[in-house]
Amino acid sequence: MKQQAFEQKYESLWFEIENILSRKGDQLDIFAASNKTAVKEFPSLYRQLCQHLAVAKSRNYTPQLIGHLNELVLQSHHLLYQNNRYSQHKVLIFIFRTFPQAVRANGKLVLVSSLLFYLPLFFFALSCYFNPELIYSISDVFTVMEYESMYDPSNKSLGRERDSSDDLTMFGYYIFNNIGIGFRTFALGLIGGVGTVFILLFNGLHIGSVAGYLTQIGFVDTFYGFVVGHAAFELTGIVFSGAAGLKIGLALVDPGNLSRIDAMKLASKEAIIIVYGAAVMLLIAAFIEAFWSSSTAIPNSIKYTFGGSMAVLLTAYFLFVGKTRGSQ
Amino acid sequence: MYLINTEYKVETPEGVDLTAELAGPIPRILAFIIDISIRFGVIYVFYLIFQSLNWTVGPVFIAYFLLEWFYPTLFEVLYRGQTPGKRIVGLVVVNDDLTPVSWNSSIIRNFLRTVDFLPVLYVGGLITMILNPHYKRLGDLSAGTIVVYKNRTKDSEQLPKVKAIAPNLTLELEDQVAIVNFTQRHSEFSSDRAQEIANILEPIHGLQNKNAVNHLHGLGKWYLGGKD
Repeated sequence: MKQQAFEQKYESLWFEIENILSRKGDQLDIFAASNKTAVKEFPSLYRQLCQHLAVAKSRNYTPQLIGHLNELVLQSHHLLYQNNRYSQHKVLIFIFRTFPQAVRANGKLVLVSSLLFYLPLFFFALSCYFNPELIYSISDVFTVMEYESMYDPSNKSLGRERDSSDDLTMFGYYIFNNIGIGFRTFALGLIGGVGTVFILLFNGLHIGSVAGYLTQIGFVDTFYGFVVGHAAFELTGIVFSGAAGLKIGLALVDPGNLSRIDAMKLASKEAIIIVYGAAVMLLIAAFIEAFWSSSTAIPNSIKYTFGGSMAVLLTAYFLFVGKTRGSQ
Repeated sequence: MYLINTEYKVETPEGVDLTAELAGPIPRILAFIIDISIRFGVIYVFYLIFQSLNWTVGPVFIAYFLLEWFYPTLFEVLYRGQTPGKRIVGLVVVNDDLTPVSWNSSIIRNFLRTVDFLPVLYVGGLITMILNPHYKRLGDLSAGTIVVYKNRTKDSEQLPKVKAIAPNLTLELEDQVAIVNFTQRHSEFSSDRAQEIANILEPIHGLQNKNAVNHLHGLGKWYLGGKD
C-alpha cells in the first residue's frame, strides 16, 4: 500500500485519538458520562494505532508520518499507563498500615540511626553537665547566650529570644527548619550514608550539649518543660529520616545481588515511605512546639504528663499498629 | 565509546518501539534557572506583601518551605511532567519506561536534588548527567526518571546546499531511505554527529568528515529527485 492510501484509510482513526488526547486534564475521568465511550474504546484504538506505527516503520514511510504516529503513540501510552492510583483511603492505609510496617521492616536501620543520634546526645549531655565549658566546642559565645535567654525563667514564652516572635511565625520557622533538616538527613544518605551519619552525630552532640549546659546552670524547669511536649515526635522524626538516609546509603555501599542503580531505586522507593511519615511527625512536633511547648501558662506537671503520654502512644503505635496475622 | 545519540527507545507491551529524545544539561539548566527565578520571585512578592501589611511572617516561612521542596513535584505530577521552566524550554519528566512520572518518583528525584547540589551549585549533578548516557543526575538514577523533549517542532525541510551526486553502486531500498532521511534531517544533527555517522560509511565512499557528509547529502538529493 502506498503511503498516501494508507494515510487516507486511517486518518479518521488517528483524528479520533487526537480528539481524546486533547481533552482537558491528564486523566480520562471514567465517571464522566461524556467520556464513557472514549474510555471503552480507547484501548482498542490505541492497539490499532500501535499496529499502524509498526506497519509504517516496516514499510519505510516518510519520517514525518512515522514521527507523527510515534508522537500519538507516546501520548496515548501516557494516558493508558499512568500509575497514579487514587484511593480514598490512601491516607488511612498509610497511617495504619504502610508507615508503621515500613518502620518495623527497617528496624535494624532505625536502631543504628537511633544509636548514631542518642549516643553522642547522652554522652555530650553528661560531659557538658560536669564540664559546662565543653559547650563552647560546639557553639560560640553568642549562641550560648541566646540559649540562656531562650530558657530564662523570666520569659513570657519559652524557646525563643526575649519574646521576639509570635506563635505562628515560630510554627512556620519550625516547619521550614526542622522538616528541612529531616529531608536533608534523608537525601544526603545517597553519598554512601556519610551525609546522614554526619547530620545525626552533629545534631546529637548539639542537642546534648545544650541540654547538659542548661541543666548545669539550673534552667531545668523551663528547658525540660519546653522540650518534653514535642521531643518524642521531633527526635523520632529525625531518627527515622536518618534511617531512610542510611537505607539508600547502604544500598549503594552493599547492593547485594542487584546492580547499584537497581538497588538504589528499590531502596529509595521503600525509604521514601519512612520519609513521608517522618515529615508528618516533624510537622506535628512543629505544631506542638510553637503553640503548646512555648506557653508559660501551662503548668509543668501537665506538660510532663502530656509529653510522657505522647512518648508512650508513639511507642505503642510503632510496636503494634498495622500488625497482621498470617498473610494479607 | 558512546555514539552521540540522544534517541531513547522503549518497547511497549503492544510490541512497538517508542522513541523520545533525551534532553541534555544545557536545556535543563535553562529550565532550572527559569524555575528558580519564579520561585524566588514568588517568595519575594509574598514577603513584601506580608511585610507591608505588618502581618506575621510565619506563612512566608511555610511558603518558602513548600516551594523549596514541593514546587517541582507538584508541577511534575499535576501538570504533565512539566514545571513552568520545563514548559518554556519544552522538556518533560517521565519515568524511564516513558510513562508519566508518579508522586513517589517525582518526590525522590526532587528530594535527592540536595545531593546533586553538592559540592557546590549542582556540580555533582552536572557531572553525573554528563557521565550518564541518558543524562540522568543522581536524583533521576534513584527515581528511575528521565527528561525528554516534548513535541519537538521540526524545522521546515530545507535540503542542504550541495550538488546531487549519481550513485555509482546500487543500494537496497532500506539504505536509500536511510540516506534520504540523513539528508532531510541535516539541520537536526550537530556537525560532529553528522560526521560520525558519515564516517561509518568510509569503506564505501572512501571519504572522511565534511566531505563524507557532503557526499551523502548529494546522494540523498539525487534519490529525492534533485538535480542541482
